[in-house]
Amino acid sequence: MDRVPILKIGDVLLVSIQIDMEDHVALQLQEDLAERIVVTGCHGVVIDISALDIVDSFVGRTLATIASISRVLDAETVVVGMRPAVAITLVELGLSLPGIRTALNVELGMDLLVQERMLVPMNDGDDESHD
Amino acid sequence: MTERIEVTADQDVVRVRQLVRTVAVGVNLSLVDQTKLVTAASELARNTLVYGGGGTVEIGQVQNGRRAGIRIVFTDRGPGIADVELALTDGYTTGGGLGLGLSGARRLVDEFDIDTAVGQGTSITVTKWCR
Repeated sequence: MDRVPILKIGDVLLVSIQIDMEDHVALQLQEDLAERIVVTGCHGVVIDISALDIVDSFVGRTLATIASISRVLDAETVVVGMRPAVAITLVELGLSLPGIRTALNVELGMDLLVQERMLVPMNDGDDESHD
Repeated sequence: MTERIEVTADQDVVRVRQLVRTVAVGVNLSLVDQTKLVTAASELARNTLVYGGGGTVEIGQVQNGRRAGIRIVFTDRGPGIADVELALTDGYTTGGGLGLGLSGARRLVDEFDIDTAVGQGTSITVTKWCR
């Protein structure tokens, strides 16, 4: 069965969706990510959708659900790389993905998460690196 | 020339998306219009599967004078839609989704027709024209 790989980079889990996902693959990703957030203790999730040529309401809803689940598990989600035609279509479809952070590419998404984290006043105090 | 896909499982929805994309490229639909049509087809094929209990999707080229277009017909023998107006309202769902599939798909195409009766199934025809 197709499965979307999840990579850990420092304090961030990186997911790059490279296939036209069947619905159950999207749901599997949702479960896998929740599991990996808890196991790794990562505080950020970056989901790269630059390879997706469409995002329909099912995938849109899945992304929103992933963002909500992550937040409950103390991780922020940023969706990156949306193609312009996909953005136009999503909005016309009626799905503006409220509550989802976005960035134009993986690098900017990573930066966004790092900045966020530094803005949070409660840190460990010393400079423990994130493994 | 009309292509026909039987929709009985998740992976058939993916096949519908891919075939619609191929035909859309073939008639020179713009990238944004391709994206809109493939997204609409994805929503409607999923409805055929989830609400109609499976069915068929027929995809063909159409011609109106010099204008080329694509026509897609989604047919199921499911329970039918009792209140079409209500079903076309943003946010209305009987299946736990976002309620954007039908109403959103209508916005993404140029022509949209529903033929349905309770107990008789549903047939939805959509057309997208080249500009």
